[in-house]
Amino acid sequence: MFKLIKPFAKQLFSSFLDLAPILTVVLIFQVFVIRQPVPEVANLIAGTLFVILGLTFFIRGLELSLFPIGESMAYAFARKGSLFWLLAFAFCLGFSASIAEPAVMAVAEKAANIASTGKVIEQTQAARENYALGLRVTIALSVGFAIMVGVFRILKGWPVYYPVFLAYGCIAAITPYAPLEIVGIAYDAGGIATSTITVPLVTALGVGLATAIKGRNPMTDGFGLVVFASLTPTIFVMAYGMAV
Amino acid sequence: MIEWLQHFVLKLTETCTDILPIASVIIGFQLFVIRRPLPHYKKTFFGFILVLLGIVFFLEGLEKALFPLGSLMASQLTAPEFINIDPDLHSSSWQTYRWVYIFAASIGFSTALAEPSLLAVALKAEAISGGTIRPWGLRIAVAIGVSLGLALGTFRIVTGLELYYFIVAGYFIVTIQTLFAPRSIIGLAYDTGGVTTSMVTVPLVTALGLGLAHAIPGRNAVLDGFGLIAFASLFPIITVLAYAQIAHWLYQKNISPIK
Repeated sequence: MFKLIKPFAKQLFSSFLDLAPILTVVLIFQVFVIRQPVPEVANLIAGTLFVILGLTFFIRGLELSLFPIGESMAYAFARKGSLFWLLAFAFCLGFSASIAEPAVMAVAEKAANIASTGKVIEQTQAARENYALGLRVTIALSVGFAIMVGVFRILKGWPVYYPVFLAYGCIAAITPYAPLEIVGIAYDAGGIATSTITVPLVTALGVGLATAIKGRNPMTDGFGLVVFASLTPTIFVMAYGMAV
Repeated sequence: MIEWLQHFVLKLTETCTDILPIASVIIGFQLFVIRRPLPHYKKTFFGFILVLLGIVFFLEGLEKALFPLGSLMASQLTAPEFINIDPDLHSSSWQTYRWVYIFAASIGFSTALAEPSLLAVALKAEAISGGTIRPWGLRIAVAIGVSLGLALGTFRIVTGLELYYFIVAGYFIVTIQTLFAPRSIIGLAYDTGGVTTSMVTVPLVTALGLGLAHAIPGRNAVLDGFGLIAFASLFPIITVLAYAQIAHWLYQKNISPIK
């Protein structure tokens, strides 16, 4: 029993540490700068406890299930296996990891609400859900695509900045033609997509590949997957905005 | 209580469909492509249940705490009584909102400095650079980058300038820096941008931006509210590349007399 509880307690504490800087800064501002009573303190405290508990379950669950299998699989695919299966795996990993990313869910829902009250889309529940799902699938497709291209880059040994510069150019070229109300969320999409589930799995895949291929240095060639995965969502979401 | 339970079960089933793709990819590839049985399937199943519960609690907590906290700070820091402006005045200069920039910068600095995944990256950076990049130096460079990014991002929301110009200017700076930076550190510097936007900071910062766009006269949440995350993931790349460059120069300066 103790063996089961100890990692939980440890994770609970580190989840609290994740929130601590935010709480500290907010508290300092409330006490010294704003100096006004905080409305609905009870709700805020309950919500904070929920966030800490949620983070603890979530990360502990990932450590027990997805991470060990995902990482060993990333290494296994990197070491052997055909190019086709490696690329297919890379795409599926990127896609499914960002579909499950809680930050993406939360922000997509928020964006749908904003778009609805701003009269960009219809003010119905169905329209909001559709919009949020559309955003999430677009982001997931773009992350899958980015991981696939990134893996191909590592295989070919191209410098990390080739695809990055290409993506920069694309974003700069497309933005003037994208509808104004999608640009903000499109630019944010990348940073949101590369979060708790995606980053560790994708980094494992990159480092595993660079270790397995002769003449590659895992320290230098294994990186660069995350940045590309944080740029393609911007392009894809703007394209989605133009298409809808 | 019953109502709450119903709500909880509904959220749980919704989250099940979100977890399904990643579970089927991992299990499907393991069984059918690699063709090896699932190791510790009991543990894995238990882990998936925890992930589900975790997401439900986390999203519920976001709605109750992090989103409201972000909008609360945005509305309090821009309240006319707080910044001493006439509430009927429809435009005011960007300097009136200085506490907003200071708050955004402090949130950026503290969360980046405390980010646990950044420590692992910092240790790798030290190894790659052969010791010229210090872990603490890197962490401070990232923290400065995030706080600069968020401060500039809130400035943009306040002034209503176009996001596009700031970000493309940032891309331009990164491009120039890349050409001169030590080759081995580029990939790692690029990835630090994605690492700093964690599950906890993203909702708070998003709510802050939307709250600001809502509170400041003349701004629109749809057009101006987003974009802070983009700043927070771009600027650390600039400061980390700058730090790597400076560390490299200092190192060369130190060893050149011996040559």
